[in-house]
Amino acid sequence: MNIIAVGIGGFFGAVLRYSIGKVMPSPSGFPFGTLMINLLGCLFLAWFFTISAKKWKINPNLKLAIGSGFTGAFTTFSTFSVETLNLIKNHQYVFAILYLLLSIVGGITLALFGSKLATYSSQSKRISKGES
Amino acid sequence: MLFVGIGGIFGAISRFVLGKWITSKTKGKLPYGTWIINLSGSLVLGFLAVLHLRHLISDWLWFFFGTGFIGAYTTFSTFGYETIQLLHKKETKTALIYVTSSVLLGVLFAWIGGWVGSTF
Repeated sequence: MNIIAVGIGGFFGAVLRYSIGKVMPSPSGFPFGTLMINLLGCLFLAWFFTISAKKWKINPNLKLAIGSGFTGAFTTFSTFSVETLNLIKNHQYVFAILYLLLSIVGGITLALFGSKLATYSSQSKRISKGES
Repeated sequence: MLFVGIGGIFGAISRFVLGKWITSKTKGKLPYGTWIINLSGSLVLGFLAVLHLRHLISDWLWFFFGTGFIGAYTTFSTFGYETIQLLHKKETKTALIYVTSSVLLGVLFAWIGGWVGSTF
């Protein structure tokens, strides 16, 4: 059952990634689409895993479908690697470094922010419950 | 788009099953599951991208295997989440090794895959 949940999430994650990648512009070959997808995914997954561990009682299969399935398949590392390589091959070194740094530093920062957001909101809920 | 989605189903399931298996077989602080998955996926996508660029594989095969399967098999969000978990545990050195090796080897593996693809 948990494999099915991951698979269903994976279907929608991959389709959404493909659709966003298609409509996002890539000015002068800069992979803006994958960058946005990976940054959004980092923010969401860290928030979701933290809040579902600390606050929400969520069905384990739904958690797998949304976390490992959907968000895991929505974001992609292989395209990130290939796109960086293509920028290097096209001698767009500044773009390559910019893409790499924005993805890594941005992804980690947004993941930290997402988990902080989930921790903070679960704490404030608990405090307000305690007072009432 | 349907090809991308169906590829995504199998890619996500492969990541889930293989990731669990690797994690059960390995020890240490480094998240070897995602690490191996992302590097092997970069290798295969580099290979497929060159084949597609040279019109050696059809569009539907590229959408199914490349965009769908390998795209969903590898993951950036789990990579980010695992990194901040290491940071939360004050494993800064391990986090640094994980990030640097994933990125540098990922590009290298994509290059190797592309090189193999260019020999066809």
